[in-house]
Amino acid sequence: MLIDWFTVGAQALNFLILVWLMKRFLYKPILRAIDAREQRISRELADADARKTEAQKESDEFRHKNEEFDRQRTALLSKVKDEAQAERQRLLDEARKDAAALSSKRQETLRNEEQSLHQAISRRTQQEVFAIARKALTDLSTTSLEERLGEVFTRRLQEMDGGEKAGLAEALKTASAPALVRSAFDLPAEQRVAIQNSLNETFSAEIHVRFETAPDLISGIELTTNGQKLAWSIADYLETMKINIDELLNEKDKPAAKAGPEPEEPGPETESR
Amino acid sequence: MRLSPDEIIFWQNGFFKLNATIVFTWGLMLLLAVGAKLITRKLSIGLKRARWQNLLEIIVIAIEKQIEEVGLSQPQKYLGFLGTLFLFVAAASLCTIIPGYEPPTGSLSTTVALALCVFVAVPLFGIEEQGVGNYLKSYVKPTFIMLPFNIISEFSRTLALAVRLFGNMMSGAMIIGILLTITPFVFPVFMTALGLLTGMVQAYIFFILATVYIAAATRVRKPRPEPGQNIEV
Repeated sequence: MLIDWFTVGAQALNFLILVWLMKRFLYKPILRAIDAREQRISRELADADARKTEAQKESDEFRHKNEEFDRQRTALLSKVKDEAQAERQRLLDEARKDAAALSSKRQETLRNEEQSLHQAISRRTQQEVFAIARKALTDLSTTSLEERLGEVFTRRLQEMDGGEKAGLAEALKTASAPALVRSAFDLPAEQRVAIQNSLNETFSAEIHVRFETAPDLISGIELTTNGQKLAWSIADYLETMKINIDELLNEKDKPAAKAGPEPEEPGPETESR
Repeated sequence: MRLSPDEIIFWQNGFFKLNATIVFTWGLMLLLAVGAKLITRKLSIGLKRARWQNLLEIIVIAIEKQIEEVGLSQPQKYLGFLGTLFLFVAAASLCTIIPGYEPPTGSLSTTVALALCVFVAVPLFGIEEQGVGNYLKSYVKPTFIMLPFNIISEFSRTLALAVRLFGNMMSGAMIIGILLTITPFVFPVFMTALGLLTGMVQAYIFFILATVYIAAATRVRKPRPEPGQNIEV
């Protein structure tokens, strides 16, 4: 008989015991270890995923911040640039204005200096001319010249126009003191008489005259009475000439001043960019 | 001519006896249990682990996968019973390389015991999964006429399990025994190698058949979708 029933029972029991032993010592610990490892791996993977997500988030945040920073920097830069441009423009305008003001002031000064120099030169020239003329005339003045002067004065008395003559006559009549006749040189007696006669003749009255010598008249004769004056002298001519020269100089200066460079006005900005 | 290690009796007291089958089975049990205990004593849950642990993990996972592939959705529940069947039969044939060793599976008593364990375990697992009523109903499906055939098939497949394993293991040992008397050199070595292969194949067959029986018993039959209904993919 191949089947021994006791052995069958014993082997079945043995097998069941082996099942228990294997469960106890093999399957449970091994499966537990595998599960633990899988859990650990999945945990590590999840952790890695979380870290990756975190890193991605941080990277995104960082990039975002960077972009924000760049944008801000660009904005600030452009703002600063604009401000600097405006400041530059303002400074340039100011400098231009200052320069224009300075230039106009300098031109003014130059013009003034030129004018004053002109004036000084003219005055000096005038003075020199007059001095030379005076010197020449003084040197030249002789008795014959004095005689000639007396004649000219007499003729002028006679050639006076109506109004002037009436005024002078009125003055002579109302004068308390005798009329004063001043001359550069002592008039000779004939001359004095001629002048007296001519006065008497002209105003048809006895005119009291006092003669006086005044060297500053420069070859001339002057009649003064009660605020009225009739005079003829080379000094008068010179005076007239001086006035004419002054007028001429003034006329010359005016157009020069007008023709001077106008201070440049800062034109409107036409810059385009 | 000795056909079974049952015949080597070390000690007997009436009905109780201690034969080579039981002693070698104890030896195998000791080897498996102590080996498992030693290897699993310090298990690593990290990525680095000992080679023996790696081997055991490979074996356990392979068995688990195999059970799952047959169609049992919770392989860990059946791993203890089915895995031990495989390991015991495999270890019994693997140890034939030890001189003087007689495989316990070469005894019809052992294979009958194992087949009886399967014979008992199949309805137990089936009832646990489907309930008594549903399990018993599976014997009268598709019609009531099939009941005797189903019962006969239960017994015949159990017998087939026992005899198949016994026949293969016994024949292996027998061939080596005969060859040792005819050509004592070299040739028995090849036959031993062939025996190892046969043993592993038999271990796999025993294990996979038990798994298939349990899977057939525990499968909850779902109503088939009626034609015309949309089948969700």
